[in-house]
Formats: sequence, structure tokens, C-alpha cells
Amino acid sequence: MHLPDAEQLLAKLAEAIRPLLTGSTALVGIHSGGAWLAERLQPLLGEDIPLGTLDISFYRDDFSRIGLHPQIKPSDIPFDVEGSHIILVDDVLYTGRTARAAMNELFDYGRPAKITLVALVDRGGREMPIHAEIVGTTIALDPKQNLELARDAAGKFQLKLTGAA
Amino acid sequence: MKIHIKNGRLIDPKHHIDGQQDLFIAAGKVVGVGHAPEGFTANQTLDATGLIVCPGLVDMSARLREPGFEYKATLESELQAAVAGGITSLACPPDTEPVLDEPGLVEMLKHRAKLLNLAHVYPLGALTRQLEGKQLTEMCELTEAGCVGFSQADVAITDTRVLWRAMQYAATFGYTVWLRPEDYHLARGGVAHDGEIASRLGLAGIPAAAESVALSTILRLAAETGARIHLCRLSTRESVEMVKQAKSEGLSVTCDVSANHLHLTDHDIGFFDANCHLKPPLRSQRDLDALRAGLKTGDIDAVCSDHTPVDDDAKLLPFAEAEAGATGLELLLPLTLKWAAGVNASLTQAIARITCAPAAIMGIDAGHLGLGATADVCLFSQETYWKVEAKHLISQGKNSPFLGLELAGSVTHTLAQGHTVFQR
Amino acid sequence: MNNPQLDKNGQLKHLLSIEGLPRAILTQILDTAESFAGVSEREVKKVPLLRGKTVCNIFFENSTRTRTTFELAAKRLSADVVSLNVGTSSQSKGETILDTVDNLIAMHADMFVVRHAQSGAAHFIARHVGPHIHVINAGDGRHSHPTQGLLDVFTIRRYKPEMHNLRVAIVGDVLHSRVARSEIHALTTLGVPEVRVIAPKTLLPTDVEKLGVQVYHDMHAGLKDVDVVMMLRLQNERMSGALLPSAQEYFKCYGLTQEKLALAKPDAIVMHPGPMNRGVEIDSSVADGNQSVILPQVTYGIAVRMAVMSILAGNTEAA
Repeated sequence: MHLPDAEQLLAKLAEAIRPLLTGSTALVGIHSGGAWLAERLQPLLGEDIPLGTLDISFYRDDFSRIGLHPQIKPSDIPFDVEGSHIILVDDVLYTGRTARAAMNELFDYGRPAKITLVALVDRGGREMPIHAEIVGTTIALDPKQNLELARDAAGKFQLKLTGAA
Repeated sequence: MKIHIKNGRLIDPKHHIDGQQDLFIAAGKVVGVGHAPEGFTANQTLDATGLIVCPGLVDMSARLREPGFEYKATLESELQAAVAGGITSLACPPDTEPVLDEPGLVEMLKHRAKLLNLAHVYPLGALTRQLEGKQLTEMCELTEAGCVGFSQADVAITDTRVLWRAMQYAATFGYTVWLRPEDYHLARGGVAHDGEIASRLGLAGIPAAAESVALSTILRLAAETGARIHLCRLSTRESVEMVKQAKSEGLSVTCDVSANHLHLTDHDIGFFDANCHLKPPLRSQRDLDALRAGLKTGDIDAVCSDHTPVDDDAKLLPFAEAEAGATGLELLLPLTLKWAAGVNASLTQAIARITCAPAAIMGIDAGHLGLGATADVCLFSQETYWKVEAKHLISQGKNSPFLGLELAGSVTHTLAQGHTVFQR
Repeated sequence: MNNPQLDKNGQLKHLLSIEGLPRAILTQILDTAESFAGVSEREVKKVPLLRGKTVCNIFFENSTRTRTTFELAAKRLSADVVSLNVGTSSQSKGETILDTVDNLIAMHADMFVVRHAQSGAAHFIARHVGPHIHVINAGDGRHSHPTQGLLDVFTIRRYKPEMHNLRVAIVGDVLHSRVARSEIHALTTLGVPEVRVIAPKTLLPTDVEKLGVQVYHDMHAGLKDVDVVMMLRLQNERMSGALLPSAQEYFKCYGLTQEKLALAKPDAIVMHPGPMNRGVEIDSSVADGNQSVILPQVTYGIAVRMAVMSILAGNTEAA
């Protein structure tokens, strides 16, 4: 399967987000792929836009089954969530559970005025009523396949597909 | 009842016998060794092929818990356990409830034991009233009632003047004073050997010095008074050296070691195993090695089980709060055999340490199978392994640090006064 | 002998002592605690990890401060919390430890936090509970206080990240201190090259060097060039047990003053597990001074305990 160019998709996301920016916009990326994307989007959209990252390990709905992830990075929200317009960035939107967990966590920081979900790739297969307003591209995949965003030593993004078709 | 025990390997250390010899018993006594006496016709024949035939074992310390502690164990259950362990004579310490400091109590105990017709019980009388270390007991009356010696059990005498006088009094009549050397103040509050393990586990320690300091006092007073002393349950390397020295100076002193202390160290406490909470405490490897070697050379005269049955509830507590002690009647033989195998001691040496040697210290005619001796006999299979499990133990005390281990040495028959009192 | 703290997959099942825990598990706890430290700084200090779980604090030995931090930690994980001060309840009526525990198990407790005056009590309880229940040792006699040891190294790691280069001194009554033992095991397991204990002989356990520490009886020599000074509390009763003559002499020889602190590195940090005996083991000016990290220790205590509880709860074997 030919995967789209992640860098091109990133540029496309930036253009789609730009018209939505207001004075209270903040970028929040979900670890790890979403956080990388948000870090790259910030200089493209405006250095003064607040940037935060979320590790959703403490909000996952499968904790009792699989336990705590061995590598947890601290969440970092260095701005006031109360009344803000959050651009929530994730790399691959699939079941929607990650986005749900991220929203639960955001609400523990404060009450945002609005949350806009942005995904580099939407692969369908939603199990929650979650909708991304801005999407880089849509790909249909088999449930056994795993789509990931990778970042090389130079910081360049690439989409990687693993698992049987 | 005429009994012929045939085809066994007879080991009688006192009479230097180790070989294929039959044993002949009549009217509760040994009437023939090696060949039948004239006109002997057996009513009962025991085929001891593949078995060792030795004198019934003599255990120098077994707590039977009567009178007073019947919820832990009874005379009947423990004497059943004793004969299951091949033990036909045992000495019991005076720390019963009430304490064995009155002749009436001693008589009653002996009477009850006799009725049960299992092992012979030889009580130790209290050295001081109520074991309090203040007043002497009526040692003559107690001896007449059946005591073979006088002991303080685990209660140290803190007033050295009383200790001195007690020894003098006992020496007057030639009675043996049985003492476990431990300085009250140095041991106070301690539950484990004062060393690396206790430090790691945060357990209050009893230093080795607690034993050597007390032992030193006992030996000096023994020299002054001429009393015959039996030292109970040595646990340190220093103690073995001190006793060896004392013996070479001609002091009338003997000593024993507990079977537990021939195999275990403080490392065996592991993650706070309350079955390893013992008195004296399990000490270091150095001490273990010295005890094992001392028993082989004879610096240590005998092994005892130090049988102390403890009810389950009293052990199901954090280590320091758990009651000290281990069950041991059924383990005396296998643990002694295991010691012998480990230090390359002969079977004769091993059996001597649990038959004629303790009998000599107790001053009883037991632990041997000479002509005319009481027919107390133990038959055992040296090579049969069995697993130490609560369900296999006859004693009401299931508290053993050896639970789960396989030991070699299984008693098949025990005879007391020519009657079979145990058969597996 | 299999480690009772680990399950068959080598994961943490109980936290009973630092001794015997692999370095990877200690690091996992510390790294997880970093995230929880952030949670405590938010408006909503809760996360839903232990929602639906019941955590029981069974304190057979009284302690308001430790019990409160465990309660807070459990509540911040959204657990239901029950605290039992056993000294005042059924235990004193003669109920055994195991009966107390069994009653709580019957009420569907998932996790026990236990403090007891006897060494080995937490191990004892852990042996007794079923496979889905986790036990955290909040202090057993002189033996271990693992969460304190962990929060102490967490604090050190925060201020002195180069742990493989540090000199740490632990000062005071090591003999009676479960905190000291846990600190020593944590520091040596994490690879701190030099751990010193400074105390009179009467307050040091036999063979303490075998735990991997260097022994000093002279505080001036012991504090020279250290990066971290960990003070221990001196109980009043030590003066009456023929261990020490007086608090004054103790302070003179082993109390931490500005003058003695100056022997350590200029950026050395001062720690104390609390509660402090001002003027006995530590001078007020040092306790309140700019090298003291005693208050942050308390904050980190909650994060570390949240980390321990979450890791344990996440390791419950599938039924």
C-alpha cells in the first residue's frame, strides 16, 4: 500500500487550521505522535500560540486489563485551559478512545470554550462518537494493521504500516 | 512375651556392637544378643531385614505441655509422637503450669505417663521455686519423686548469689544442674541472633556474648562449688570452645545441642518465617559449623529434639510476637542421621549421641541393649525418605522449620519394655 | 526463595521492602511518580485510575502524617478509602491481625496499606491475602518503610539528577530506623557510589557495613564533601535505654548545624523524613534554610504513593 507523505499532510493541516485561530487558541498534542505534530505546527501557525502535551495513560479505559504503561511522560499544560479554544492534535484517529481520554484529562485542567480535533490520518473504525473537524487524509485499513507516525533523526515524519493485511 | 528380632543390623554404641546380630527379648528385657538363650521360643518374630536395630532413643528435652498447656498438646499426643520418632525415654523441662517444683506434681506426671505405657518420662525439677530464681526447691524430695536433674528451663537466674547457692546445694547431693546459658539482660527483648540478618530484617538481636557471658559465670561457679552441670542447647562457636576448655580442666560438665541448630542458621529466617523463631536463636554459619564439628569430636555430648509444640495461632503472628519453639520428636532421628552424613560421622557415633550419651547424663539405665537391659528398641530404615508435612506429624505441634523438606530415616517399629508401642 | 513482592511475571504484586526489588522496578516507580507530581499541581488533582477500587489503610501503629498522605494519594486516584486506626478499635479487644484483615477482605478491599510496630508484619499479611489483593508496607517495626525510601530518592533525583556521582550521608539512629534501611537499599540499588552512615556505635546495627555503607562516628569527617545530608529522627526513649546520655550531647556530636553543614558541598541538600526534633538532631536555621528540601519531600510523598498504588493496581492478575 502506498502511504501518503506525512510532511505534506502536516503542511495541509497547518493551512486548514490557520483560519480557525483566535486570541484564545492553544495547541495540545497527544503523546507521542500528536505531541510531535503539535510541536511542528506551533512555529508554522504562530510562535506565541501556547503549546501543551498530554499523556493519556492515567485516563485510558483499558487500565484494568493492561495496567500502567511502562513509559509515562508527564502531561504539560502550561496555560489556563479555562475558556480557551483547544486545537487537540493526534496522529492517527481510529477507535476514538484516545481522543475521549484526552478530553477527559483536559477537563480536569479546566473548562475549555471549544475543542477542535485535528488528525493527520483518519483510518475509520470509530467505536466512540468522536469526529475530527480537520483531517489530513482518510485511509481504510484492516483491523489487524497498525498505522504509526515515525520521526527520523533529522525530525522528518513518515507514516509506517505494520501487521498483516 | 518372647520376641525375636532377626536379620537386622544391630547397632549398640555402648557395647560397641555394629553388625548383623539378632536380638532376643523376654519379659520386657533383653535376654540374648546375637544368639538366642537356651530354651528360647519366640511368640513374636520381627523381620528386620534392611533395617537398623538400635536402643530406643533418649531425648534430653521434650516439652509435653502437661500440666497446664493442654491446648498446645497433651501427654498422650506427644508420647505417641515420641514413639513414632523411635524415642522411648525422654526428659521434660519443668516449665509447665504449674511449674514442676512440688513432688506431688512430679509424681502425678510420672503416674499419668506410666499409665499411657508409651515412652518413659523423666521429669526435670525446677531449680528454684516457680523458676523465679530466688528460693531453692526441695531437691531431695523431688529426686525421690523421680526427677533426674534440676533446671531453669528458659528462665535465667539474675541473682548470681542464688545461682551459686543452688549449685552448692545440688552438689551436696550429687544432683545435676541443667542450665541454658543466657544472660538475662543481654538477651532481653531480642528475638534473633545479633548479626547481619537481624540488622537487615530490623529484628532485635541477642548477641553471642549473651551466651558466652552467662556460660563463663556458670563454669566459674561450677569450679567453685563442684556441682555437676549439664549445659543445654549451646548455640555459639565460643560456647563450644569454652566447654572444651572446661572439660580439659576436669570440670564435671556436659552439654547438648538442639537438632535444629545442627542444620539451620539465621539465614533460614528468610522473609520472617516464624517457624524459625527459636530459643536460643538460630545463629551464623560460623556457629553452625562449630556445633556440627563439636558434636563429632564429642565436645558436645548429645543431641536433643528440644521439642516445643506451639499451637498454630501462636505462630501466626509477626516474627517477634510469635511464640518461640519447634516441634521435634519425630525429627530427632532423621536430623541426627543427616548431621552424621554431612560431617562423615559413623552411624554408631550418631546413634550414641541420642542413646547412651544422653542416658549417661540423665543417670538412667537406658540407651543400650546389653543383657538384662530394658527392652526399649528402635527399628528404622536409614534409606527411606519422607516429607515433613503437617499431616504426617503425630505431634499436635506442626510448627517446624523443616516443613516441606524431605528427610531420610524412618522409624518402622518402636518397642518399650518389650511391647510394640509403634509400628508404621 | 521466591520474592514475595513479585508475581510470576516479575511484576510488582506487593510493596513490602526496597530490599529485593530490581533496579528496573524502582526506576519505574520513580518515573511514574514524575507524572503524578504534575497532577498535584493542577486544579483538579484527581485521575480516574483507581475508580471503583477500595484502599484500606490499616494502621496498627499510629501515624497521622503518613496515613494522611496515603489517604490523599488514594483519593487522588479516585479510589474509595477506608482508614482503620487499629489501636483504638477491635485489635485492642483481642482480635488477631489476620481476623482484622479477613474482615476487610470480606468487605471487598483491593489494596491494604499497613503500618505495624513489628518487623515483618507486612510480609506476614501479604502471605495471607489472596492473589487479587495488594499490600503496601507503610512501615513495619525497624525493618522497612519503602515509600519513604522511594520518595527520598525521588527528591534526590529531582535536585541531583547525576545519581551515579553522589555522596550521601545518613545521620542518626540507624539502629531503630526503618526509613534508614529503606534509604540505604534504594540508594545502593540505584547505583549511588558512596553511602555513609554517621552515628555513635550504640545507634548502628551490627554488621551495618554489609548493607553497602561506609561507617563514620565523627560527623565532621562524615559530612565532608557530601551532596546530600539525610537526617533521622531521634526518639526520646533512646535517652532512657542506655543508648545515649542526653539530647544535649547528642546535638553537640551529631546534630546538624550551619557550621557542620558547611563541611558538605556548598550546594548540598538537607533532608528529613519528619517529624523533626528541632534542636536535637537538626538546628532550626538549617531546617528552615535554603538548602533544606524537607517541605518538597512531603509533596513528593503523595506523588510517589500514587505511583506505587497505580502500578500495583495495574498489575492485578487477570481473574
